[in-house]
Amino acid sequence: MSQPLMELRDVDKFFGSTKALKQVSMQVEPGKILCLLGDNGAGKSTLIKVLSGYHQPTSGTLLFEGKTTRFATPREARQRGIATVHQDVGSIPLMSVGRNFFLGAEPVKGRWPFQSIDTRLANEVAVDQMQKFGLTRVTSGEQLVGTMSGGERQVLAIGRAMYFGAKMLILDEPTSALGVKEAAMVLKMMRIARQNGAGIVFITHNARHAMSVGDTFVVLIQGEVAASFNRGEKSREEVLNLMAGGEDMSELEEDLEQID
Amino acid sequence: MKRPEAGAFAAFLITYLFFALATPGTGFVSVNGTAGWLNLAAELGIVAIPVGLLMISGEFDLSIGSTVGAASMILALGTNQYDLPIWPMVFLALAAGGLIGLANGLAVVKTKLPSFIVTLATNFIVIGATMGVSRLIANVTSSSIVASDSAKFVFAARWGQANISILWWLLVAYIGYRVLSRSVFGNWIYATGGNLDAARGAGVPVQRVKISLFIATGLAAALVGILQGVQWNSGNATYGMGFVFQAPIVVVIGGVLLTGGYGSVTGIVLGTALFGVISSGIFYTGWNTDWIQLFLGLLLAAAVLANNYVRRLALSSK
Ligand SMILES: Nc1ncnc2c1ncn2[C@@H]1O[C@H](COP(=O)(O)OP(=O)(O)OP(=O)(O)O)[C@@H](O)[C@H]1O
Ligand SMILES: [Mg+2]
Repeated sequence: MSQPLMELRDVDKFFGSTKALKQVSMQVEPGKILCLLGDNGAGKSTLIKVLSGYHQPTSGTLLFEGKTTRFATPREARQRGIATVHQDVGSIPLMSVGRNFFLGAEPVKGRWPFQSIDTRLANEVAVDQMQKFGLTRVTSGEQLVGTMSGGERQVLAIGRAMYFGAKMLILDEPTSALGVKEAAMVLKMMRIARQNGAGIVFITHNARHAMSVGDTFVVLIQGEVAASFNRGEKSREEVLNLMAGGEDMSELEEDLEQID
Repeated sequence: MKRPEAGAFAAFLITYLFFALATPGTGFVSVNGTAGWLNLAAELGIVAIPVGLLMISGEFDLSIGSTVGAASMILALGTNQYDLPIWPMVFLALAAGGLIGLANGLAVVKTKLPSFIVTLATNFIVIGATMGVSRLIANVTSSSIVASDSAKFVFAARWGQANISILWWLLVAYIGYRVLSRSVFGNWIYATGGNLDAARGAGVPVQRVKISLFIATGLAAALVGILQGVQWNSGNATYGMGFVFQAPIVVVIGGVLLTGGYGSVTGIVLGTALFGVISSGIFYTGWNTDWIQLFLGLLLAAAVLANNYVRRLALSSK
């Protein structure tokens, strides 16, 4: 087994008396997709905030590329190659694809005071990168991001992170607001990012999406790792039951019928 | 039709043609007539450009009026009361403008209060301070300015009817255009106004962007105070009060979204030119100039609606 990109050992995260994470251990490996599953309030968001430097663990260790690490800020984590794409992806609707793609790292040409953004390069690279990740509908870097669909914006954000050398991608529910086709596009893109060697943490409520791309699975229940397994070790039923907090989903369905 | 300045361009064209056709033989379209409306637009245009960039970044500055007056009074008190040469006073006035901008920027960024209210307060503080200090020093709130020939040339030269402030306006517009449309900083301005959190997340120093733009408005307002002071040979604490609302009005007419994140320098220039054409054109028609306010009000209302429409258009098609 290759060295994990990131590893958590017995990590706790408390907010006052709320124990959001309890003794969480997990490994993110390069070139693999780790699916993080769990019900509302299970601690998924808290966990990715620990991974991306927003929170420091209350106790326990975080290892990045084999070394014990403490990220002081999200910025530090980002500089080390950990990119987080939130559900709203943080794009700017009234700006062009090229300008969004390079925001904060704009390519320039010419000398000051006549230095200017190399818009053509920015547009070319942005469109190129998105096509590489399977998005062929966007052909002009001048297109406003506000005219793109949610899935296309996900592709833009993920492509951007990969272009700027992300080793680890944290995707917070990237498919949950998308239709079937769009979700398929984002899942396909995750596979391409995996092929390029990125370690991916994929948070989702959707067991089908998780099963279709996941290599390893971690299920959180009330801040604890309730199960952790590899692809093919559990059936969809079992995963669904786990996600529902260990209750049998068939029982739940009966309950639902009674309500009707 | 999707560019931010499209509406302003159409409005400018229609208004210009209207006055050109409504006032045949009066000289509105002559060289002198053109210089006339350009003069009226120029000083407003100089402040409107940084105010517009600031609005694109998502903030307002209503303190420009008092800064114009303060700058002119610095020239007046310095050259007349203390017999100092004018050039050092010019730089002192610019420094004061920059400082007022810095104070605005820091106050807005640190307190996170709406800049609308913060700079409105600054406007009263600065005009009050200018009047108070002027009274203490010279017992006046307006006073004449003693300018050297070089200063008179740089700030008040005239060719026929055309005032040198038109050239200053063009210079500021050119700089504004380079910054907003071409530079990295311009990208940050759009991003800061378009989605503050996303901009910060991408590593844009959003606070620095805003503070820099507040300083730029302060400097531009001081420049206008200097231009007016030297042209009219006097300083007055109340100079520039008209700009407080005129500047944001022409910016919005120029296609800048009130919510920030969208707009262009070309649009702002057109919005200002439109203001010049109306103010001067009314005069040629022989109507009462009171109608200017009505015209501007209607245009502003139309512009706000049109901007919203243009924005939706930009987001709906490719
Ligand atoms: N900053 C905070 N301060 C106090 N409590 C917090 C904080 N952040 C999270 N919590 C608590 O930690 C627990 C886990 O929350 P978290 O947001 O990680 O859940 P989640 O799995 O992401 O849920 P969802 O699926 O709804 O997004 C919750 O009980 C929540 O109230
Ligand atoms: Mg969450």
